[in-house]
Amino acid sequence: MGAPCDRCEELLQDYLDRTLTDAEWREAESHLAGCDYCARRYRFEETLRRYVKTTAAERMPPGLMAKLAELRGLDASA
Amino acid sequence: MSEPGPETEARRIATQARDRARFEDEALALADQVYRVARRLVGSREEAEDLVQETYARAFRSWQSFTPGTNMRAWLLRILTNLNVDRGRRIQRTPQLQPLEETDYYLANKMASAVGEDALESEEVVERLSQDAIVRALSEIPPQFRDVVVLVDIGDFTYADAAQILDVPIGTVMSRLHRGRRALKQRLAEEAVS
Repeated sequence: MGAPCDRCEELLQDYLDRTLTDAEWREAESHLAGCDYCARRYRFEETLRRYVKTTAAERMPPGLMAKLAELRGLDASA
Repeated sequence: MSEPGPETEARRIATQARDRARFEDEALALADQVYRVARRLVGSREEAEDLVQETYARAFRSWQSFTPGTNMRAWLLRILTNLNVDRGRRIQRTPQLQPLEETDYYLANKMASAVGEDALESEEVVERLSQDAIVRALSEIPPQFRDVVVLVDIGDFTYADAAQILDVPIGTVMSRLHRGRRALKQRLAEEAVS
């Protein structure tokens, strides 16, 4: 841990979002290749994002679809 | 030039009715995805249902302002987020945030100190966070950050879509997203250790 890891931490979100420049991408890759500490944290972040997405998703309550379908044909002036 | 005959007029009306029905079909097919985002933008299931119904009522009334071939899900979400802001119904539960640590490894570091560095590798480590904890943490992010996190990380919208939906520049989407995710992780870290 130290300055290179701090730098790697700064690149984390853009790395996973694939929005790094080529130079930054190479910088992150080369650090991750030799740093278990950061590599573990990158993998953790990936797992976390997936988990948050599935956990936070709530299906539409039964009955809502029928209510929405009843709105079909609503008049612009109504 | 003669007036359009009754047959032409009838055909025009039929075409419009067909286009409209097609629009409504397409919009209704997206309802589950729209609800999923709405549910995390407001505090309760009832509010989410109301918001989605108001969104569809407005969408169906103004269906002709939708440009066919563009992203309908983003169009619907733009209506929804505007309605949500107008009605002042966004979750405003802004807790006394601890001075924001706001670093990206914060949660991982907390988890590592609780379960050990090697356990961070396992898929199960995140399961220490309950669904309640995730939902609560999301609701406690300040609203302007939460909107972006929900659209991008739960709704799968691109930065560009989110920028259009919220009517802010892409750079703003990115900075709010980054801060919002860090705030979320900080809340989760508090949930995980408490």
